[in-house]
Amino acid sequence: MAKTADTRASISRRKIAEPAFEGLGENVALHSLQAAHAATKRYPAKQDELLALYEQMLLIRRFEEKAGQLYGLGLIGGFCHLYIGQEAVAVGLQSALDPERDSVITGYRDHGHMLAYGIDPKVIMAELTGRQAGISKGKGGSMHMFSVERKFYGGHGIVGAQVSLGTGLAFAHKYREDGGVCMAYFGDGAANQGQVYESFNMAALWKLPIVYVIENNGYAMGTAVKRGSAETEFYRRGTAFRIPGLDVNGMDLLEVRQAAEIAIDFVRQGNGPVLMELNTYRYRGHSMSDPAKYRSREEVQEMRDKHDPIEGAKAELIALGLSEDKLKDIDKRIRGTVTAAADFAESSPEPTPAELYTDVLVETY
Amino acid sequence: MGIELKMPALSPTMEEGTLAKWLVKEGDTVKSGDILAEIETDKATMEFEAVDEGTIGRIMIPEGSEGVKVGTVIAVMAGEGEEASEPAPVPAPPASSAPPPEAPASAMAQQPSEETGVPAQAVTSGGEARADPPATPAVGTNLATVTLREALRDAMAEEMRRDDRVFVIGEEVAEYQGAYKVTQGLLEEFGAKRVIDTPITEYGFAGVGTGAAMGGLRPIVEFMTFNFAMQAIDHIINSAAKTNYMSGGQMRCPIVFRGPNGAASRVGAQHSQNYAPWYASVPGLIVIAPYDAADAKGLLKSAIRSDDPVVFLENELVYGRSFEVPGGDDALVPIGKARTVREGKDVTIVTYSIGVALALDAAKTLAEDGIEAEIIDLRTLRPLDREAVLTSLAKTNRLIIAEEGWPTCSIASEVMAICMEDGFDHLDAPVLRVCDEDVPLPYAANLEKLALIDPARIVAAARKVCYR
Repeated sequence: MAKTADTRASISRRKIAEPAFEGLGENVALHSLQAAHAATKRYPAKQDELLALYEQMLLIRRFEEKAGQLYGLGLIGGFCHLYIGQEAVAVGLQSALDPERDSVITGYRDHGHMLAYGIDPKVIMAELTGRQAGISKGKGGSMHMFSVERKFYGGHGIVGAQVSLGTGLAFAHKYREDGGVCMAYFGDGAANQGQVYESFNMAALWKLPIVYVIENNGYAMGTAVKRGSAETEFYRRGTAFRIPGLDVNGMDLLEVRQAAEIAIDFVRQGNGPVLMELNTYRYRGHSMSDPAKYRSREEVQEMRDKHDPIEGAKAELIALGLSEDKLKDIDKRIRGTVTAAADFAESSPEPTPAELYTDVLVETY
Repeated sequence: MGIELKMPALSPTMEEGTLAKWLVKEGDTVKSGDILAEIETDKATMEFEAVDEGTIGRIMIPEGSEGVKVGTVIAVMAGEGEEASEPAPVPAPPASSAPPPEAPASAMAQQPSEETGVPAQAVTSGGEARADPPATPAVGTNLATVTLREALRDAMAEEMRRDDRVFVIGEEVAEYQGAYKVTQGLLEEFGAKRVIDTPITEYGFAGVGTGAAMGGLRPIVEFMTFNFAMQAIDHIINSAAKTNYMSGGQMRCPIVFRGPNGAASRVGAQHSQNYAPWYASVPGLIVIAPYDAADAKGLLKSAIRSDDPVVFLENELVYGRSFEVPGGDDALVPIGKARTVREGKDVTIVTYSIGVALALDAAKTLAEDGIEAEIIDLRTLRPLDREAVLTSLAKTNRLIIAEEGWPTCSIASEVMAICMEDGFDHLDAPVLRVCDEDVPLPYAANLEKLALIDPARIVAAARKVCYR
């Protein structure tokens, strides 16, 4: 099934074809994770666990909405890529990592991943507004944010670069034998970059501990997947390197989480890389300046109405017995957090002129 | 009449080698493709195959002979029947599936001195000793004579012993012992975990190295030549050089990208380019281009210890030359400091890398005419030692730049800008640059010679600024 704009709406209904194991021989390994995923589709979250993840998703949603507003007010400049609609991917995947030893790297649509890693919304928003208090002292901006302390390695503006860099982080995990795994996110657009396959080859050859995550939101900027990719089933893209794939509904938080458990477990055991395809959708344009003429309003509305990850998690929480009032309180609290972050970001001073020449080099020569 | 078997050239730059071992004896019958002998340079041992059928008549050069010139008759073979045969052509280099830059057995062989004016540095034959002053004014150290290639290897080995985060990654660095034998012996000492052969995938492994550096390791990424690093330049510049700044100083990238740079010999335009000006234009990078073995070793050690990303540009034609190098693990050479290679009062020649050898040659000629040239070896191109340039200019009042590379937007251009901005009052003549011609490097021997900088051109420019 081609993943095209027309079929976006049917993502969550899509059936994963059960692999026919007969006759596959040595190829069984390539399909084993998908089979495990098909057998156990969703993570059995307890109420408090689900609630914590829901709150993270909601924080990302509200944060990004606020960032969009600040952009409109001219407080944020340059490029700004919002994560609205894709929240379940970063939250579901990162919740399965071990923050003590695992590392994360992504591309330029990075605010959500940082929030999912528990980084203070204030310093992220202050970076967006280009202030001294920003996580990169205002010198990185939306696309270039890092937290070495949290093992979040960016935040990279060159499409696909994070895939090789992430492979290097995985190399470092293996070299140091620290038991860590790298999770490297990239989009369906980046999936066509040559260095992605150079990295797949080395990662598989050296059995590096890395989970490659393709966030397939259906569009490489304005180019629908079917217009830019000969193989639209991205989870198969590692097959030539004997990297097992996982095809995952990225709009379902608990399905994402369960798939992450399978992938990370496989990688941490020293089996080499896994390639996950997370089928998701971004509600906003590619960046703030994108009028999104390449898709219909109905398509977006359909996704919002029927497949929204936050609404889905909310319905489950209610089914688990959480009250509407409690959920309203949570929303209010998160709005408060985001407002505080925005106020901080607006009121913080800009970097001093002296900051221009700091951090070019570490040492003095 | 027999067929003459001649000492083969195993690479475009090889001039002589050792006849390590005969695998046949007089009277043996051989056919085309049989291995006759093993030929050794300081870089590789290659097999010498028969191209004709026949019987080995006489062995002229016994095994173990060193310094056998290319083209020397090493044996005579009786051909089939009584046919008179012409001397056997020099066989194609055996095992020649790899093109020259991948498998050069060049070693001590350099570009012929008549082509570049570079004095030959033959180790085993009566090559003229270099007129270079001692490489580094190191005090109280015992000096050893080593090749540039060995010095680079020693620098890596010492730093790898000192810090287990340091590793070497690149094409053919491990089992092949380095395409140019710079990593010779490292695999044996440090094992496959720390000396890593990669697939031919420059963009990918430059990214892997950069990511590993961000993750806390200290990679040395070898490019077989910097020509191939063009595939990887995105990671060198966008990832390695900029991330510390973009992260507000959080994310270090202590990595060394090293390999041969600039023109080699007869390898054509795509394998002959000096990238120094490209990298030297990028804030966030350190760019080093040493000439002799002592500087190369000391600077490579400093580069590996640095917390900043370093582009380390070597020169294939110098790999096999021998220099005196101070011993000791702590013979570091500081980054960002030029060196006065030769003192003089009449004109300053600013140069770097192989340009130093050309300038020394030129200075000798100039001295015969009573012009004493001062030679400044920049050694580090970013940050560039402006003070050293300006101090020498203030002394001589005349300055030229000798650079093996294109003239446009070059290191020479940068030095000229420095002289204009901060040395104008000291100038008694316009600053001139002596560079390669502004063309892709041609293959034909005569055209290549025309395109490349040589001592004669440096002499002419020095005379011109001295109005003599």
